[in-house]
Amino acid sequence: MPNRFSDWVTKIITVFKKEIKSEFRTRYAFNSLVMFAVVTLTVLSLAVGQFALTDSVKSALLWVVLFFSSMSGLAQVFIKEEERKTASILKLSALPYHIFLGKFFFNLILLFILEIITVPLFLILFEVRVQTWDLFLAVLFLGSVGLASTTTIIAAIVSKTDLKGTLLTILSFPLLLPVLGISIQGTKVAVTGAPFYSGFAEVKFLFSYIVVMLTASLLLFETVWME
Amino acid sequence: MLLIELENISKWFGERQVFENINLKLESPASLAIIGPNGCGKTTLLKIICGLIRPSRGKVRIKLDGQEVGKEAKRAFCSIVAPDLELYEELTALENLEFFTVLRDFKSSRAELNQKLEQVGLKDRGHEPVGSYSSGMKQRLKYAVALSVSPQVLILDEPSSNLDEEGIFLMEKLIENQKKDRLVILATNALKETQYAQQIFRLGN
Repeated sequence: MPNRFSDWVTKIITVFKKEIKSEFRTRYAFNSLVMFAVVTLTVLSLAVGQFALTDSVKSALLWVVLFFSSMSGLAQVFIKEEERKTASILKLSALPYHIFLGKFFFNLILLFILEIITVPLFLILFEVRVQTWDLFLAVLFLGSVGLASTTTIIAAIVSKTDLKGTLLTILSFPLLLPVLGISIQGTKVAVTGAPFYSGFAEVKFLFSYIVVMLTASLLLFETVWME
Repeated sequence: MLLIELENISKWFGERQVFENINLKLESPASLAIIGPNGCGKTTLLKIICGLIRPSRGKVRIKLDGQEVGKEAKRAFCSIVAPDLELYEELTALENLEFFTVLRDFKSSRAELNQKLEQVGLKDRGHEPVGSYSSGMKQRLKYAVALSVSPQVLILDEPSSNLDEEGIFLMEKLIENQKKDRLVILATNALKETQYAQQIFRLGN
């Protein structure tokens, strides 16, 4: 059992490292993710910065930017495999679970890097003062994991179609609606200064969503990937 | 000893039937050439054998010493070289080799990987990105990747495409080695390439 586990970990890390190396050399996803987020935040702050926005609106703006940035970049993990005709040899070489988890962790890291850039920018541009940092970071972390897991499995589905970009947003939206709604709510609670336990329901929901989504993705992925 | 059995394999793409009720039995060591006109389903049949495409009907069985192997192990027995299967262009040849060997449980040292590249005449080009390779060099690298995991079944689609004379000579040597104790299945339009196989299977009319 430990050997099988370490074998799994080695292969997931191998896929993850390949994605990092590949992204570092091609900037296939990163540039579009960051550019989209920075441009949107800047335009939004110029357009609505003069108005006194409520905490709910500010929280919603952060997650809207993160959602659409994800749509513009995270799907590339599977789309590029199909477009560059590397998917077949990968299918023969690795088990579907290794591929899915390797690519999921890569998307997650990409999203975290995006947040390292965009969240401080958001806090400055919209003059947001986070009062409960532990809740804010917990919601940001869990919301990102939910976003990455859903986008990764949907990306695998749409990579085999002709309308990749459009379909990704259409299919992801209903699945991500609960995550976005709860993350916005959790962020608002963190910004308004309520204690951590006030947002505990949101944290529990996000955690449950991730468990369900990752389990369903792992069960579905082989069918999606091998079809 | 490895046995591949194709039992009543049929394939449709939508309304179009590519082939119907193909029955085949191959026992290692052996080599088979699949020939036939364009569009008769040679590549599709190769992909069905290695598990990349599901047949519409029928079953592919792989038996090792009389025991049927599972779905996941089945894929691990096959390596394929085909024009529509590409390697990662942004990675170097050595990185590609390392990536695929680790994923297929073959932990090879850098020296061993370099040796694989030497076998296909790419010894000094291992640190260059595959994107900078010519199409012939990419084909050679596909052979290195396919053979780096010592596959029980080597599947070749148009085996000499893009290769120069020296490349064809190297490829012939690799096929001869593989044929000695394992299986080689190739699909080709060039009658000259059927000489690499002991048996011929004709698809289509």
